[in-house]
Amino acid sequence: MLFFSFFKTLIDHEVTVELKNDIQIRGVLKSVDQYLNIKLDNIQVLEELKYPHLSAVKNVFIRGSVVRYVHLPASAVDIPLLEDATRREAASQAGKGK
Amino acid sequence: MENLTISDPPPPSLQHGGPGGMPPTLGRPPPPPQQLPAQMFTTAAQLLDLTDKKLMVALRDGRKLLGILRSWDQFANLVLQSTKERIFVPPGTAPNQPRGLYADIDRGLFLVRGENVLLLGEIDLDKDDDPPPGYDLADVELVQSLAKQKKQQDKAREKKKVKMLATEGFEGENLGEILL
Repeated sequence: MLFFSFFKTLIDHEVTVELKNDIQIRGVLKSVDQYLNIKLDNIQVLEELKYPHLSAVKNVFIRGSVVRYVHLPASAVDIPLLEDATRREAASQAGKGK
Repeated sequence: MENLTISDPPPPSLQHGGPGGMPPTLGRPPPPPQQLPAQMFTTAAQLLDLTDKKLMVALRDGRKLLGILRSWDQFANLVLQSTKERIFVPPGTAPNQPRGLYADIDRGLFLVRGENVLLLGEIDLDKDDDPPPGYDLADVELVQSLAKQKKQQDKAREKKKVKMLATEGFEGENLGEILL
């Protein structure tokens, strides 16, 4: 659930999503759900000639399972806070496992 | 659902306390305090504003469907009306083919199982009638045969790549599936 909450803090920021089929889509993050399905607005595709099917598309819903990376704006991420939160989550998960 | 934004206050039923607040109800725990409307962050909310819009749906097997989204459920199973399948052939597939080609095939009504969906895109109707930049409309049979040829080339290349990676101890993340 940590990354679901994390992505919610990035809403309205511009991100680039790289899919497992190598398409890179840049757009404004509009929504995210528990599966980390992502909705992007005002999209722009890198290497547009290779992916003509997205030329008339303005916003996309991307299934979470096909995402490889999400490139984030560094200025929108509080890195020490995220590190702290991930360690806390990992510790609580380890505690549950025992 | 109305278009909620994050800046909207939570619905009045979730605010407690304050002047003229409701008396505590017996037998029911008070709802948890919340800053963001949780209903914004569900699969259903994301699909709701795409309903009755013309969409481009990319499937796991590489097919692209264009149709009107009429119904869906929480698994992203979709019903598409007046669906067309669009086939693309990138430039340079055949010799002397500097521009890409595409063709549409009428398919009618589709029910797509959610697991096969890669991505849904809402089509900008202003741009819908223009061919994609660098691509021309061509004869269906020509595009189909070129697409088949291209798929075979890609498959052979992918197979070689997976084989080579396997000798180095890697497993392909797509497991031999071509996602385009």
